[in-house]
Amino acid sequence: MTSAKIYKYISVFNIGLQNTFVYRWNYFLRAIFGLIPLAGTVFLWRAIFHERGGGLHGYDYGSMIYYYLLTLLVSNLVTPTEDEWQIAADIREGQINSFLTKPMSYLAYRFSIFLSARLVYTAVTLPPIALIFLYFRHYITLPGDAMTYVYTLISLLMAAFMQFFITYSLAMMAFWILEISTVVFIVYSFEYFLGGQMFPIDIMPPAVQLVMKWLPFYYELFCPIAIFMGRLQGAELAQALSIQASWLVVSWMAARFMWKRGLGHYQAVGG
Amino acid sequence: MRRYLEIYSIMLRNSLIRELSFKANFILWMVVEVLWFCGQIVFFSIIFGQVDRIGDWTKWEVVLLVGTHQMIAQLFQAFFFVNVANLPELVRTGKLDSLLVLPIDSQFAISTKQFGLDSVINAGLGGVVVCFSLAQLGLVPSAMSILLYLAALVFGVAVHYSIMLSLAAVSFWIVRAQGLVYGYFNFLNIARYPDVIYPRVFRFVFGWIIPVVIIANIPARILIKPLGQPAWLMFHLIAASTIAFWLSRVFWRFALRHYSSASS
Repeated sequence: MTSAKIYKYISVFNIGLQNTFVYRWNYFLRAIFGLIPLAGTVFLWRAIFHERGGGLHGYDYGSMIYYYLLTLLVSNLVTPTEDEWQIAADIREGQINSFLTKPMSYLAYRFSIFLSARLVYTAVTLPPIALIFLYFRHYITLPGDAMTYVYTLISLLMAAFMQFFITYSLAMMAFWILEISTVVFIVYSFEYFLGGQMFPIDIMPPAVQLVMKWLPFYYELFCPIAIFMGRLQGAELAQALSIQASWLVVSWMAARFMWKRGLGHYQAVGG
Repeated sequence: MRRYLEIYSIMLRNSLIRELSFKANFILWMVVEVLWFCGQIVFFSIIFGQVDRIGDWTKWEVVLLVGTHQMIAQLFQAFFFVNVANLPELVRTGKLDSLLVLPIDSQFAISTKQFGLDSVINAGLGGVVVCFSLAQLGLVPSAMSILLYLAALVFGVAVHYSIMLSLAAVSFWIVRAQGLVYGYFNFLNIARYPDVIYPRVFRFVFGWIIPVVIIANIPARILIKPLGQPAWLMFHLIAASTIAFWLSRVFWRFALRHYSSASS
């Protein structure tokens, strides 16, 4: 990529920063309200561990709470919040006409916007999350091995790319159907339950876990957290990272394919 | 009052016609809700693979609780959710004007425009789960507790409505308040857990001030725990939901005074 090309997307990134920052109160409220279910989760697990009186699949109360804190942080970092609605609106209202004439890839344009939105979102939601981490500081254990940080970072980046490509591919459905929200919510519910948002995947029965490991949802959120907590090591870790890399390539190809086919179908409404 | 009933029946008919003309969408929304509901049940069955009970709640009692909450939440979604959730958008675009000039109560006008048949069907599904859990528990509730249970469901819907209306009314001050709608879903989240898990202060705040914890817990307790005190539970639910409803109406009126139309 030449420097002029990079410059172009840096200015898109800047515009994205400013656009997102306008809605900081919206994001801040979302982050604050997001703490309510966390409270419910904490109390529920406290009651469960109290009843059980011991560990559960290698988790104790502290590490379980730590797990949910990490999902909060990681999902802020990697999960797109409004991108699918914006892309779908661009297509439905004919806004992408103006991109077709510009010397710019729509995918790269959206990705720059995605990056800037994640940055602002994380920055705005960091203070409340930092306070929560401070409150639960006794449960926090950092990995001792430096390589764990490297693997976590790699997995985290792949998760972010994957989530973006999946969101992008879904939003491309707006080329064919008017209302994509049902499809988005169906995929979202799979992500919520099979991606580790609701509960850690590794408390499920082994047979179920074996299937989940081959599904993309596992790698959208759970994988980087499991690596960071040291729950994936050695051969398992290598396997996870390679499956994640494969899903990353597949989702990238899906994103490009959907865009190509969508454009072929596109009739430039409005404009 | 009769006039309002007439207006409401016309709106119901209109939204039914509209809904049935988008059949695919209708079915897909049902799929979304069924997935969420099943996910909840799976979550609790995983937990009850590890423990026998949570406080005084056993597995099928918790499933009944989740089913009860499903009924209440879906009834609320059927009659009010889309309308109230749309308020921030009405405020932002200035389309609220056309509703305010109608010769009917403004709160009624914004709350009752659309109706979702898919949610009614999903509420029915919640009812099936409740009946199934009762069978698993080997319980046959008395006619009196069933009657109290059904009445309690209505008060639960009122709590949902009050919370959603209050959140949406904040959009008179903050433009683009979709975050507030997410707030509603977050409150909903803690409503379907058994009440015993919460510490005392938490239970007071979310039992009286923002009474989400009692929405499903009290109806479920009335139905399956005959040794409890149904009179006191019912009083608690009626009092807390009435206060919440009244406060949300006061807040709505106060917020409305801050409305400056966005359109020309």
